[in-house]
Amino acid sequence: MQERIAINDKLQQINVAVAGSASEIAAKIAEDHNGCGTTGSSGKSSCGTGAGAGDLAPEIWEKVKNHPCYSEEAHHHYARMHVAVAPACNIQCNYCNRKYDCANESRPGVVSEKLTPEQAAKKVIAVASTIPQMTVLGIAGPGDPLANPEKTFKTFELISKTAPDIKLCLSTNGLALPDHVDTIAGFNVDHVTITINMVDPEVGAQIYPWIYYQNKRYKGIDAARILTERQLQGLEMLTERGILCKVNSVMIPGINDQHLVEVNRAVKSRGAFLHNIMPLISSPEHGTVFGLNGQRGPTAQELKALQDSCSGEMNMMRHCRQCRADAVGLLGEDRSAEFTTDKIMAMEVNYDGETRKAYQVEVERKRQEQVTAKREELAQLAGKLSDIKVLIAVATKGGGKINEHFGHVSEFQIYEASVEGAKFVGHRRVDLYCQGGFGEEDALTTTIRAINDCVAVFASKIGGCPKDTLKQAGIEPVDSYAHEFIERSVIAYYKAYLDQVESGEIVHQAKGDAEIRQGAYVAA
Amino acid sequence: MSFKIVASQCTGCSACEPVCPNVAIYEKDGVFIINPKKCTECIGYFDEAQCMAVCPVDNTCIIDPAQPRYQPRA
Repeated sequence: MQERIAINDKLQQINVAVAGSASEIAAKIAEDHNGCGTTGSSGKSSCGTGAGAGDLAPEIWEKVKNHPCYSEEAHHHYARMHVAVAPACNIQCNYCNRKYDCANESRPGVVSEKLTPEQAAKKVIAVASTIPQMTVLGIAGPGDPLANPEKTFKTFELISKTAPDIKLCLSTNGLALPDHVDTIAGFNVDHVTITINMVDPEVGAQIYPWIYYQNKRYKGIDAARILTERQLQGLEMLTERGILCKVNSVMIPGINDQHLVEVNRAVKSRGAFLHNIMPLISSPEHGTVFGLNGQRGPTAQELKALQDSCSGEMNMMRHCRQCRADAVGLLGEDRSAEFTTDKIMAMEVNYDGETRKAYQVEVERKRQEQVTAKREELAQLAGKLSDIKVLIAVATKGGGKINEHFGHVSEFQIYEASVEGAKFVGHRRVDLYCQGGFGEEDALTTTIRAINDCVAVFASKIGGCPKDTLKQAGIEPVDSYAHEFIERSVIAYYKAYLDQVESGEIVHQAKGDAEIRQGAYVAA
Repeated sequence: MSFKIVASQCTGCSACEPVCPNVAIYEKDGVFIINPKKCTECIGYFDEAQCMAVCPVDNTCIIDPAQPRYQPRA
């Protein structure tokens, strides 16, 4: 019932926008300038991060709108990099094994090479000069940045001197956070991510075997109690100082999956502005406790259900790619191999702020185009009332367009279409390495397994043979929207779908679940 | 009179280096080494050996059986 009222509200809003003058529409677009601009049942944006001007305080939106890790929309346009200057850690997690590192391995906590602060600073400047989209520098490990405070802060100091326009952020487990809040504030770090997997020490004891705190190793419940107290204290201290905090949580079925709803409430009440629930990455070959004891990760449906159940509470993030601690590039690509230490040290680097600025102006223009296209199509849905929601897999190379050949996709973007519009809900990897158990299968079977919950797949071109197989699997292959904007196409498809259901041409059926591929994403 | 680090298991994470009260730990070829002449097994400083307490790999910072146990001066 509540949902229906919310939908009616939304339709009214749309009608107002349609009826209004061009300048009113433009104002509405500017105000609603987020990834999908849809309204969820709580009356706020529910796309991706949900981080849009519509539901965030203006000063927060100003800080996150160009941050690829925080703004679902920005991640198509802006790049981030992580520098691996912080190898030491002060806690042990059952989903992490620091010994493991291979070229094919891609997950948080893993890097190919560690850097000194001086090497890291040179790398950042070199990358920023080569990739004008690079606006964000993060320190996320491979250990914990705050277990290596000298290296972390030295890196920030060197970078902020040469490239003051680059945003600095860090990602921590929170144990040492309260000791460093003032230093973080001093470096103008305006984004901090804390990984909080529990607020109940009983749950924590199943995730963290030990912590190292004040010259002592604590185990079990004692360890988890200290950790949760320090995490929440650190979170409160940061938000008091106006530093934006995102909370990451790893969803571990049977251990903290239900509990994360409570975590969500706890972090929201302490001022976190965004919650990112990520699936556990767990395979025996990773050598982690969870990998070896058979602890499974969540399915796509389980993850989405939990994210949905928390999204009424606060902004949820759905586009996280669980990057390596040395990732470089747009989310969904990794260009770190172009910037190894040897190559960096040999590079002549000339930091050119003007070229970077010109590029960023162009990006803003494209973003506006996309928002306008989506808004126009959304108006077409006005007057439609339906509870039907469908998922659509999209093949894209970026730029918000359907511009990738079906056979070349290594990762699909998944959109949920409803009368509220098009909502980005996540990614599905279909790349071929480390197949984790489906070794003999052909690529198409793997792809269908990954997008089995979708009614259709959009690509710039789909061959005849895969088209037939997709149809047999109940997934409609669509290449008629080639090179169109994604959101506009999703809404157009959905509108036609509703019309067909109405006329009895097709019968809407709930789709099955889908697999989440293990490991973070690296572009081939 | 010393702990040692099993080189084949060391991840080179550097966590042990700053926590050693004797400044006995240094890096060589990507892994860390304890100078047995400086190590006091943390006796007189802490209840437990700090390198062992912070090391992410079990059984990597261990008592070196080749060295006699540390004897604190009376």
